[in-house]
Amino acid sequence: MQKTSMSIAVVGSGGAGSITAGNLLLEAAARSGSYGILTRSVGPQIRGGEAAALIRLSSEPIDSICDSYDILLALDWKNADRFAAELPMGPHSLIITDPEQGAIPAVIGGSGAQVRELPIGKLAKSINKGRPNMIALGVLAEVLSIPRESIKAVLTKQLGDKGEQVLQSSMDTVTAGMTAAQDIAKQPLPKSNGSGSGHWLITGNQATGLGAVRAGVRFVAAYPITPATEVLEWLATALQKVGGKLVQAEDELASVNMIIGASYGGIPSLTATSGPGLSLMMEGLGLAVSAEVPIVVVDVMRVGPSTGIATKAEQSDLNIALYGLHGDAPHLVLAPVSITDCLFTAQWSVYLAEAMQVPAILLSDQYLGQAMAIIEPPEAVNFKAARSIAQHSDGEYLRYADTGNGISPMAIPGTPGQQYTADGLEHSMAGTPSTRAEDHALQMDKRQRKLDKFDYGDYWAEIEGAGAHAIITWGSTTGAVREALGRLRAEGIDDIRMVAMRLLSPAQPGKFRQTMAGVSKVLVIEQSHSGQFYKYLRAHYDLPGESELFHRAGPLLLRPGETADQIRHWRQA
Amino acid sequence: MNQIAETMSTTPRNPAEYRSRVQPIWCPGCGDYSVLLEITKALAALELPPEQVAIVSGIGCSSRFPAYSNCYGFHGIHGRALPLATGLKVARPELTVITTGGDGDGFSIGGNHFLHACRRNVDITYIVMDNQVYGMTKGQASPTTDPDWDSVLTPGGTGIRPFQPLVIALASGANFVARAFAGDPEGTTQIIIEGIKHPGFSFIQILSPCVTFRPEQREWRNQVRPAPVPTTGDPSVAAKRIMTDDGFNLGILYAGDRPSYQTGLKDGSMPASELGREFVL
Amino acid sequence: MSGGKQVNKSTPVINSMTELLAHALALEIEAVARYAELADIMAAHNNQEVAGLFKKMSQIEKLHVETIHEQIDSRQLKKLPVIKYQWISSEGPETTDLADLHYLMTPKQALHLALLNEQRARDYYQGIRQSTTDHDTQVLAEELAVEEEEHVALLQNWLAKIPVTEDHWDHDDDLPNSQD
Ligand SMILES: Cc1ncc(C[n+]2csc(CCOP(=O)(O)OP(=O)(O)O)c2C)c(N)n1
Ligand code: SF4
Repeated sequence: MQKTSMSIAVVGSGGAGSITAGNLLLEAAARSGSYGILTRSVGPQIRGGEAAALIRLSSEPIDSICDSYDILLALDWKNADRFAAELPMGPHSLIITDPEQGAIPAVIGGSGAQVRELPIGKLAKSINKGRPNMIALGVLAEVLSIPRESIKAVLTKQLGDKGEQVLQSSMDTVTAGMTAAQDIAKQPLPKSNGSGSGHWLITGNQATGLGAVRAGVRFVAAYPITPATEVLEWLATALQKVGGKLVQAEDELASVNMIIGASYGGIPSLTATSGPGLSLMMEGLGLAVSAEVPIVVVDVMRVGPSTGIATKAEQSDLNIALYGLHGDAPHLVLAPVSITDCLFTAQWSVYLAEAMQVPAILLSDQYLGQAMAIIEPPEAVNFKAARSIAQHSDGEYLRYADTGNGISPMAIPGTPGQQYTADGLEHSMAGTPSTRAEDHALQMDKRQRKLDKFDYGDYWAEIEGAGAHAIITWGSTTGAVREALGRLRAEGIDDIRMVAMRLLSPAQPGKFRQTMAGVSKVLVIEQSHSGQFYKYLRAHYDLPGESELFHRAGPLLLRPGETADQIRHWRQA
Repeated sequence: MNQIAETMSTTPRNPAEYRSRVQPIWCPGCGDYSVLLEITKALAALELPPEQVAIVSGIGCSSRFPAYSNCYGFHGIHGRALPLATGLKVARPELTVITTGGDGDGFSIGGNHFLHACRRNVDITYIVMDNQVYGMTKGQASPTTDPDWDSVLTPGGTGIRPFQPLVIALASGANFVARAFAGDPEGTTQIIIEGIKHPGFSFIQILSPCVTFRPEQREWRNQVRPAPVPTTGDPSVAAKRIMTDDGFNLGILYAGDRPSYQTGLKDGSMPASELGREFVL
Repeated sequence: MSGGKQVNKSTPVINSMTELLAHALALEIEAVARYAELADIMAAHNNQEVAGLFKKMSQIEKLHVETIHEQIDSRQLKKLPVIKYQWISSEGPETTDLADLHYLMTPKQALHLALLNEQRARDYYQGIRQSTTDHDTQVLAEELAVEEEEHVALLQNWLAKIPVTEDHWDHDDDLPNSQD
């Protein structure tokens, strides 16, 4: 099988600039037509920590990390052994190392990779203001046959405002790297069609913010937390451009309540957080359910419990998102199935929340959120916030009227004659607090009916392939599953369908049953220690035939190769 | 001052316009009834159309307030009224936003929001009906309760010093700090009027007796008195006065001129459809 | 039960009849509304007896409003002046303090509050009668004080017919409910 992707890691600590080199390499490759993904792995230090830029470049769009690395370039090896588990390598791999930086750690060197020494530090010193990471960039560009012009274009964009001299010295350094690498065997990037023009370079967190603004979000309350902060930061600037407002809150209890207040005022509103913040928001989410105020809470999941591992992904907030609200509290839970899909799913989430006057939790994760990807331009979709609004009238206004589809027109403060009190206490149709069983039954039915009667179209899941076997997955693991199935198909195995769920709550058992027609065997794939998704499926759906679970806790993401192995194994069993 | 609308040809609004038909659950004699009267009087005097006013609260006896008014209302969750109100006011600055609640709601579970609301100085009027007790949960000590007040939950008292809401509001940056007494409709109405008119965050502590769990507070009406000094705009003067009085001086104790938080959704020049461009290679 | 609101202000200075009538009207109107509200509060707490009594007081005060209107008409006054009201307490003299309620209060206690209101109104008018420098106002204040004195006497009669409040009138075996 022809190789369609290559993976490169650049490691280095404190001030080495490995991440910058990686970013530049990604963008330069993008300009040569490649698709790709860059993820980062970093130590716990704020500054001076060890860091690795993990880049996968491909001739086709990709959603997943690689199986192993083709090239590892080390600017230094300080603490680099921490990355060993994330840097699978083999005899096909090439390690480029600076002898000045000492020996390759055994856990990395032991992979059998070939080693090539280059005096990276010395080369950098030979150039005025030369920096080792620019040497690295040149070396990698040379080995990967990325044209010099692509590097220059990227550097010009990044450094253009720092003056001609800075740009020149950087280019000189890159050139020195290229020259030094001339005798290293070339490993040209797999050729892609096209020049990359029109492709997008975006992170999932940015895509999430973009989707939200496109749907009409104009108020955001923010409390920073890794790995969600970039959603908020991106929105801060975006709202200045398109109009709107972001308020930095004192905590997540405040941020969720602020967006409830703004949305009650008629403005589509959103916040983003991660597990610890989501835990704090639960009571507020329940309020939004009861008072029927649309809001969207983006949870960029990281490894839990508690503070866990802030910089790594896990799909382990599914339970709290589905079940964390006290009482019966029907609400929406959605998850993007790829970096690109963060845009669509965020936009759709806002649309759904607004249409049904209900809170939506959007479960992204650290991988989807923080990975920087080169993607096809996302298709523009038309989902816009459109709330059912009560117009001025002289009759008695029933805010929580019992309507056929459960959605009751909402009065926006300022509208004369429609004043009501939104309430987290159980209430009558008029909104007045009530302890009556009839009122509770009516309002609960209404809250559930809103979600049950809504037409979600085909967006509830991504369904690919056909056959008697089915893989069910969700969120970021979809990328690895999709790629694994592609490989199996290339091997001639084409009796497996994939169902990647985008809408997790409300469950769609009817649609699921149709989708599963003819399936006799199910494999559930997810990234959690306890199999949260599997248990969710068992609770809400009829899984046809035998079902099995392939799962692992974070922080190590599922790789397509091991996923393919698991699937092969399961299919044969 | 105490203008009764019915007789006044020049006062088009009647306090009754601001009352809903919902009957309060408050105990007969509770100070909160008077506060309800005072707020409606203030709104009438300010001639604010009820639909332009939003009253936002948390949980507690005093937090039941919004449903009893004929304004827009939000009865939220315990301690979180201020952020809810902040979101609303920032998104809809043309509305008059009033937050009501109790000392437990505002100073205990919501204490952090209280500090930051003062700091942020959004143009909201925050009215705390302080009865030095958790009324709704059957009489436990609140942050403003005296250390030796006996309760089932804290037999013999909490032994801890009461929270000083006015000084804390002042230190945190509130632009208007006042103390009122529920049983003084004239004075309290006037203070609420001034608080609503004053730009920025106005904090009004209204001593509001809980006749059920603190029946001795019925005596407050014999203890309160107008503060014997005029309003000051000097925080250090205000701080000294507030810290040295006995908690029964009524009046506007501080009125500052710190600029309010910028509310409103900024207008943008770029259509949202163009935002994606920054990602195109 | 404590006894009514504080009289904590000095005697008003009222030197015109229209101004006095405006005060008279306002204080009766306030009393009507307050009694009605007290009736609602007591009804909501299932003390129907006292609720009924307050309702009755509200109706009586409504008649007084009419009486004042008649006075205004008989003097052919078209418009009352726009004024700042001058009371001797925080609200009008005939207005019951909302703080004076108790959910178990007896009709006797309720009537006693009403009596205090009428006495306060009488004192209010008497004060004006003494302080005013205007002759017509003085005459009117005297008339109004006499009327209130009649109400005081009526209420005293009524009170005499009502059983005394027993000790432990506020006893309740049950604990308060939590509604949080
Ligand atoms: C998260 C949460 N914790 C506890 C409660 C129970 N609770 C309801 S009201 C209240 C205290 C109310 O006291 P305060 O705010 O002083 O108001 P008051 O009833 O005295 O007017 C408590 C503890 C709750 N509703 N929510
Ligand atoms: S318990 Fe206290 S605070 Fe609550 S309504 Fe009764 S008197 Fe008022």
